Amino acid sequence: MKAGSNLEKVLSAGHFALTSELGPPKGNDISVIQKKVDFLRGNVDAVNVTDNQTAIVRMSSIAACSFVIQMGMEPVMQMVCRDRNRIAMQSDIFGATALGIRNIVCLTGDHNMFGNQVNAKNVHDLDSVQLIDMVRNMRDNHTLLGGEDKIEGDINMFIGGAANPFADPFEFRALRAAKKAAAGMDFIQTQCIYDMDRFREWMKMMRDLGVHEKVHILAGITPMKSAGMARYMAKNVSGIIIPEALIDRMAKAPKGPDEGIKICVEQIQELREIEGVHGIHLMAIEWEHMVGRIAEDAGLLPRPQVA
Amino acid sequence: MFNPKIVAFCCEQSGVPASEMRLGEVADLDLKSVPNLPNLEIRPVPCAGRIETVHLLTALEQGADGVLVFACHEENCQYRRGNIRAKSRLLYAGTMLERIGMEKARLEICNLATNDGVKFSKVLTEKVEQLRKLGPNKFSKISSEVGKE
Amino acid sequence: MIKAEQKPVEEIISYLEPYNKILLSGCGACVTVCHSGGEKEVALLASCLKMARNNGGKNLEIIEMTPARQCEPEFALELAEIIAGVDAVLSLSCGVGVQTLARNFKSAVIIPGVNTVFMGETTAHGIWEERCQACGNCILEKTGGVCPIARCAKQLLNGPCGGSSQGICEIKRDTDCAWQLIYDRLKSLGQLTKLSEMIPAKNWGTESRDKGPRKIVREDLTI
Repeated sequence: MKAGSNLEKVLSAGHFALTSELGPPKGNDISVIQKKVDFLRGNVDAVNVTDNQTAIVRMSSIAACSFVIQMGMEPVMQMVCRDRNRIAMQSDIFGATALGIRNIVCLTGDHNMFGNQVNAKNVHDLDSVQLIDMVRNMRDNHTLLGGEDKIEGDINMFIGGAANPFADPFEFRALRAAKKAAAGMDFIQTQCIYDMDRFREWMKMMRDLGVHEKVHILAGITPMKSAGMARYMAKNVSGIIIPEALIDRMAKAPKGPDEGIKICVEQIQELREIEGVHGIHLMAIEWEHMVGRIAEDAGLLPRPQVA
Repeated sequence: MFNPKIVAFCCEQSGVPASEMRLGEVADLDLKSVPNLPNLEIRPVPCAGRIETVHLLTALEQGADGVLVFACHEENCQYRRGNIRAKSRLLYAGTMLERIGMEKARLEICNLATNDGVKFSKVLTEKVEQLRKLGPNKFSKISSEVGKE
Repeated sequence: MIKAEQKPVEEIISYLEPYNKILLSGCGACVTVCHSGGEKEVALLASCLKMARNNGGKNLEIIEMTPARQCEPEFALELAEIIAGVDAVLSLSCGVGVQTLARNFKSAVIIPGVNTVFMGETTAHGIWEERCQACGNCILEKTGGVCPIARCAKQLLNGPCGGSSQGICEIKRDTDCAWQLIYDRLKSLGQLTKLSEMIPAKNWGTESRDKGPRKIVREDLTI
């Protein structure tokens, strides 16, 4: 065991894992976290807590994760490279592990430009690959970046990273995931999948490189609420590909949200069959109350309890 | 009556010949007044593309109430794109002038053909009227010296 | 070379308000190449500034000069006599030139007339694009001659990020993804294996701008 987190135990025992995501409040109203945790508790193995996602200022991931633990769930702390330098990151990791956080996902971070503080100075002292390497080093070698200073205590983190099979250059995406694996990544959560063919192609490349054996791959899914949402995402969000057929299906459905859930459940079932996929990362942003129903319909409940 | 000073840069392939046409008796236009405009200064150029952006400004700085550029029709420049260059320089100059508060009508480009004497006269006549309404160019150095007295 | 853009004329006019006689100094090097501060631009701006002042019923006397470079004392000092006779200097050189004048003419007011924007390439007549950020340790050998520090919005050394789509950066639709360019170039050179090695964290502190203002000393030349 690298960190002994619930997520790690579930995956190591060979179960099909399920994680979800929650965005902290745009302020310090903890009830926002409480509400989301209440929807998710028991329905997933761990929940990602985003880090100023889309560069919009929210409560820090580390603080929100700490509340998630108090509220009875296991968090996965997301850490982006956009806002913090290596001093702050290592410092936060000390604090996070002391607070009982045992999962971390290392991300580049959405650019400032998308958020509400567009004039902030971009940090990007490290990139996501270097961050993964740094955390692995802290855990396995007990030193800070640079290798000189010994860390007091154990930094036990289960290290995750992102992968986007729908971004370009496509031929390089699996290689980049392999690079992260070599740097110490333990699990991957992918960008949300709509184009199954392309995802299968990417999984094949991952298997050819042997990455699926070194790293647990969790396939990302976001349920659609409406055809409008689908079109918006396809047009405006970089790195998301939605086949016309799916948008059509949403448009023709009598009740958009219900169809979206149906599609989501079908996707989960399809993804379970793909060799190398060890779980699902369900990003039901602002739709957390649906996670339980989706998990139920997809036959993923009850969640396994691993000692 | 205020006779606005107009500097007309004329391309030798179009503007100059157009300005020299004898138009005889054509109704509706007081054409006699045009070639005899008291304050018209024609500056011939081999191609409108020869006009530098600064020439447009210094003409206004040195006392012109209005500056016109007469260039060939866009597809017809004998030097390929001289008239297009003139147009974009004019736009650039126009933006600078707008930012210091000068009225847009004081700088304009007009495309015409070699034998477009009527258009030449019409444009000038209209410009004189426009400039009469705007009044003298307060940005030129001559008027500021007048102001000092 | 260094690329700069003229400041909005309203801003320049506001800086010049207290002065009636100025030297408008261009520069024959970088700002000439990017059409923001060369001889032509000096003449154009001078005419515009004089007209703006005339409109207020006043006069602005402008001496126009365009030295070969403003960033070297040798050329800057040639302006000494003129500078002594004016109220202020409006310099269209890059920030380096403005500071060179300020350092060498201690009691002269030196006003910048351009914003220095980046170090870049002329990709077409009238178009300039950022290429270098003087990071202090050039890695172009590893990246096929395309710089991720200057051309990647997130300065990734192990890119691309998930926002690279069809070769375009998600932040600016008219901007190429630097890492797509790096990938394509290394592929055409048969050097894709360079991308499998992680480029380690950059030494911003010891190599780059984060260690404070930098200095180069060539002792063999300082005799």
